[in-house]
Amino acid sequence: MIKEESAGPPTVITRPWNNPKVRSIFFQAVLLIVVVSFGMYIFGNTAANLEKQGIATGFRFMGTTAGFGIITHLIEYSEDSSYGRAFAVGLLNTLLVAFTGIIAATIIGVFIGIARLSKNWLISHLAMVYVEIFRNIPLLLQIFFWYFAVLRALPAPKASLNFADGVFVNNRGIYLPSAIYEEGFSLVIWALVIAIIAVLVMTRWAHKRQDATGQQFHTIYYSIGLLIGLPLLALVVTGFPLSWEIPELKGFNFVGGTVIIPEFIALWVSLSIYTASFIAEIVRAGVQAVSHGQTEASNALGLTAGPTLRLVILPQALRVIIPPLSSQYLNLTKNSSLATAIAYPELVSVFTGTILNQTGQAVEIISITMAVYLSISLSISAFMNWYNAKMALVER
Amino acid sequence: MNKITSTVMMASLLAISASTSAATLDDVIGKGFVQCGVSQGLPGFSQFDDKGNWSGVDVDICRAMAAAIFNDSEAVKYTPLSAKERFTALQSGEIDVLSRNTTWTATRDTALGLNFAGVNYYDGQGFLVRKDLGVNDALELGGAAVCTQTGTTTELNVSDYFRANNLEYTIVAYEKADEVVAAYDAGRCDVYTTDQSGLYAQRTKLKDPSAHKVLPNVISKEPLGPVVRQGDDQWFNVTRWSLFCMINAEEMGVTSKNIKSKMGGDPATKRLLGEEGSFGENLGVSPTWCANIVSQVGNYGESFARNLSVPPLNISRGVNELWSKGGIQYAPPIR
Ligand SMILES: N[C@@H](CCC(=O)N[C@@H](CS)C(=O)NCC(=O)O)C(=O)O
Repeated sequence: MIKEESAGPPTVITRPWNNPKVRSIFFQAVLLIVVVSFGMYIFGNTAANLEKQGIATGFRFMGTTAGFGIITHLIEYSEDSSYGRAFAVGLLNTLLVAFTGIIAATIIGVFIGIARLSKNWLISHLAMVYVEIFRNIPLLLQIFFWYFAVLRALPAPKASLNFADGVFVNNRGIYLPSAIYEEGFSLVIWALVIAIIAVLVMTRWAHKRQDATGQQFHTIYYSIGLLIGLPLLALVVTGFPLSWEIPELKGFNFVGGTVIIPEFIALWVSLSIYTASFIAEIVRAGVQAVSHGQTEASNALGLTAGPTLRLVILPQALRVIIPPLSSQYLNLTKNSSLATAIAYPELVSVFTGTILNQTGQAVEIISITMAVYLSISLSISAFMNWYNAKMALVER
Repeated sequence: MNKITSTVMMASLLAISASTSAATLDDVIGKGFVQCGVSQGLPGFSQFDDKGNWSGVDVDICRAMAAAIFNDSEAVKYTPLSAKERFTALQSGEIDVLSRNTTWTATRDTALGLNFAGVNYYDGQGFLVRKDLGVNDALELGGAAVCTQTGTTTELNVSDYFRANNLEYTIVAYEKADEVVAAYDAGRCDVYTTDQSGLYAQRTKLKDPSAHKVLPNVISKEPLGPVVRQGDDQWFNVTRWSLFCMINAEEMGVTSKNIKSKMGGDPATKRLLGEEGSFGENLGVSPTWCANIVSQVGNYGESFARNLSVPPLNISRGVNELWSKGGIQYAPPIR
């Protein structure tokens, strides 16, 4: 029997399991359940195993006394401090070397990358040699090389090199005078803050004016003047409320002042030099990705080599450079954990080395450490993504 | 990152391993060898020659266990471990026994879930300095830079000692022993501190060993001995009695050389050598377990003499002499 269909488009009936939306929700739910139950299984299993083996668990250890010394710390720390504080010391030391390393690696990397493109045969080949040497030798070897090179090259404390009667260099580190702030010094800080704000405002104003009228303004000179002049003026007005504590040789070594330990120097140098060799290649690739027509157009407009690079090539190259650059920053940060080999007390050395050994709480400590590296990496990624979005070409 | 991957792997092993079996002895018999955690090379205690053969008093404990279990002192596989890796390796079941100049402390015995089976070397922490430093006593070390290894008792002892005596110091802690030696040799530190036996052993690795001396001060108690996981009494017993067998054999004058002639002797010796009683059976190993140990590895005194009392170490027995000869090495009787 044939039933008369009403006119109009035929309604397609899809069964729920044929509906792509329903399907995708279903599979995602299944995946989520699997992942969560696997996680819970691991967690439960771990807890049960540790309990059975009589291994201490939990995070209470973070509050107990550490009892060991750490050679360099950015925050107040002594043997009486807690493991939690020792952890913070290690973390800050990691951040310090990562941050300074990223800055140095970027500067060296950009420099070498551009040098590789130089028309000067010697310069471009020297840059090539740099890249090939440093990116092909394992980082750990480079760290050892710099460390022992630094240690062997420098004299013992008694024979320290002395610069300007206040800076001493020996195989225990670089000893610098440390500043002692007296009353009234806060005014100098305020002067600096005001100078920075003034520079920012001036730069904006200068940009606006250039956009509107085409007139250029020498922001650089005025900025330098402001940044140096204002604090200097404040210093004079307050009568130099600042004195220096000069390191002094007492017994085995120098006391007083600030010391930069050789472990930091070796790690910082090797991380920077190693990572710079990768950054150089990234920069070169980025610059070469900008078509030659841009250079020609820029030359046709009468821009010389410097401004062409700065105003035309680099802004476009940055789009290509930034994403792989982020990976290098992440690598550098993670590679800083190799420091444990040369006694620079960063997170891995202090936390997964000494503290893990004293408390035996491997699972907790490794979890925290992984979470910390993950957070640092995600923060760097987030920052670089933001920067990348800012630098991306605005299509007009 | 490579540095922490191994630790991470062990920690995850610890986390997911269905459970390290409680019956280590059965596992060991099943696989046919003892997996023994040792140092990465400490002369006299656990070191390997250019053919890859391991020797030392710590190694002898593992060989003794293999002799007791398999009647074959060579049925051992070694895992070299740095100070900071060793406990995780044991907890996670990567090794069956840790015999790596490890100090018996309260935390390790309790919170770490481990058990110390005995003491095969009574030690104490000391200091090594350059002779030309002109220091004769540790109390003259105020302000010194001190090199040591991460994850050891020495890190804590040295801070206790310097603080108790109101002395300033800076500690430089490396992950691996070889790096401590190299850094100390390069002048990074005024002092190298670790167990005194370790100082004598590591001194042999310096460029000019004779330019350095060990100070007389002993600042801590470092009873070193083999360690196993908690909760496996049978395996604990095998470990502990392998050591006791060696000490008892020395006390009874039974050596690898004269063991044949000692057979069928007095009752105590008969028990020691498995000719009487069921001690091996009770332990879960062969009846002649102790005879196997003594004939293949030697007694405690022989092991000590072979590994520690020879040049360049020349370590004397000191407190490690038998109790009957004025020392403190003492083993409960086999009876
Ligand atoms: N007895 C100490 C261990 C001392 C220790 O590990 N000493 C170092 C000497 S620097 C060592 O033997 N290292 C050998 C190695 O790491 O292979 C403890 O249990 O914490």
